[in-house]
Amino acid sequence: MVARSLWGTIAPLVVGFALAAGLQLAAGSVIAPFYAKLLMDIGINIVLAVSLNLVNGFTGQFSIGHAGFMAVGGYAAGTVTYYGSFLLWGSTHVTEGWLTKGDLLFVGGCLFGALLAALAGFIVGLPSLRLRGDYLAIVTLGFGEILRVLLQRTGDVLQTADQVEKASTATLATSLGGSLGFSGLPYYTDLFWVYVFVTITLVVALRLKFSSLGRAFLSIRENEIAAEAVGVDTTRLKVRAFVLAAAFAGIAGGLFAHEIGTSLNPRELGFQKSFDVVIMVVLGGMGSVSGAVLAAIVLTILPEALRGFSEFRMPIYALALILMMILRPQGLLGLREIWEMKWRKR
Amino acid sequence: MAEAVSSLLSVDKVSISFGGLKAVSDFNLEIPDQGLYGLIGPNGAGKTTVFNMLTGVYKPDTGTIRLSGRDLASMKPHKIAACGMSRTFQNIRLFPDLSVLDNVRIACHLRTRSGFVATMLRLKRHRDEERAIEEKARKLLELFDLASRADEESRSLPYGDQRRLEIARALATDAKLVLLDEPAAGMNPKETHALSALIRRLRDEFRVTILLIEHDMGLVMEICDRVTVLDYGVTIASGVPAEIQCDPRVIEAYLGEPTEAV
Repeated sequence: MVARSLWGTIAPLVVGFALAAGLQLAAGSVIAPFYAKLLMDIGINIVLAVSLNLVNGFTGQFSIGHAGFMAVGGYAAGTVTYYGSFLLWGSTHVTEGWLTKGDLLFVGGCLFGALLAALAGFIVGLPSLRLRGDYLAIVTLGFGEILRVLLQRTGDVLQTADQVEKASTATLATSLGGSLGFSGLPYYTDLFWVYVFVTITLVVALRLKFSSLGRAFLSIRENEIAAEAVGVDTTRLKVRAFVLAAAFAGIAGGLFAHEIGTSLNPRELGFQKSFDVVIMVVLGGMGSVSGAVLAAIVLTILPEALRGFSEFRMPIYALALILMMILRPQGLLGLREIWEMKWRKR
Repeated sequence: MAEAVSSLLSVDKVSISFGGLKAVSDFNLEIPDQGLYGLIGPNGAGKTTVFNMLTGVYKPDTGTIRLSGRDLASMKPHKIAACGMSRTFQNIRLFPDLSVLDNVRIACHLRTRSGFVATMLRLKRHRDEERAIEEKARKLLELFDLASRADEESRSLPYGDQRRLEIARALATDAKLVLLDEPAAGMNPKETHALSALIRRLRDEFRVTILLIEHDMGLVMEICDRVTVLDYGVTIASGVPAEIQCDPRVIEAYLGEPTEAV
């Protein structure tokens, strides 16, 4: 009985981690590097879209600063792996492959990034107690922009072990590459870790949605006054949603920072990126976890497929959104999950 | 007063103004445990404002509100709900995109104990709680004749069902005192009749005390033990329905001043 209930708790995680390991093994041989990279991008976007959905979809707050939390996590994780490697081993190129000490430092960095991002989420979440709708959106936007400017003002990245050892902690924490970006980060992100975190994100989001706590989240978006009247502590849950979403965005940032072929710089994680994630949530359906996954997949592949017509990318997005708002304003799946859909004609 | 302590709800000299408008002034109300109480008055008399003050949506400028002896003055609405007072709304406020069952289940949330970690790990405590919530919610829906619609979106319910669902949701908080804001509004005579039977059942089966605002005088006079009448924010009468019906000030408030007979 106890064993069965324990299995119920960890089964989805075990399955997800096994799939992630399978992908990782396949990446060496079957999956070409281009597709491996695409799969990683998809995974990171899934983490972003599903986590933003906790705020925008579940509690109905409107945040357009998700990339800001991603930046907090990315830079924090980058600082840990880059300067940490120098301090511990004198070089950033100590390990290759799985579960080596460098790889574990990277995961630790991602978790540290999640923690810092969660803290930022708490601070940004506080105004949500007083503001709603457009006003809150502006606060989150402002947060992202403030962060971008601050990051642009940071000093150059220290290049040698010697410099790093002499520098104080404060210097290390502010030598993040400025507007050029944090270059030289080791490429630790692989399919395994991306899909491990995708699994965790999905398990958290789905277990939340189908629980009393999750329904309390949803009641806020549905009718805040009624939610309060039946005893839902709306202010606390709103802040909690922000913190949780920010933590996952922080992890996504850590993964993004150490991915091959990406550049961790303030411009990359600006308003445009936040907006991309918002589009995924809106398109997938506010409050639908599987909808966010689906939209993240489609909107990651689409630009690749349209690479030939890249100048038409934004117009096509805009058109798709407008059509969506006319034909299906609740998004692809609305509030439902894909397995709950009744495919009937209205 | 010794009786004041045993009161379920005790409202003492509560006033509130919006700008220059004194919406409610020196409102007093004593509700002992058990029973059905009515709050009536012409449109704009301040009845819903009283409800909003009782449930913490508005903070009164002066006066005290006690529920089972606990001062509700600085409490937020969700705390007041936890103390045992819940309400329905004049303009229905359901959770429209959520299922009928979920509407009721959400109201059970405030009595749950398992937090985020227990939920994420699907601990036994959490699963037991979820089962208990569903059972309780389905039982309530059964009682309110909504069981067959449990999985429909609440927005798709007919109007009368929506009103009943709101009452079911209010009860799911385990309230001792339920405030009903015009429960019969928009109902036809047959529905109103069924509603009055339902309200009586709430009192008898759930042992809840009910305070209701209603314009349907037939309903009020039929089911209420005592009635308080508000006009322009001032209590003009309070007593058993028979007294209220003949009170000249009440008649005046509703029909205007009597003129010389022609």
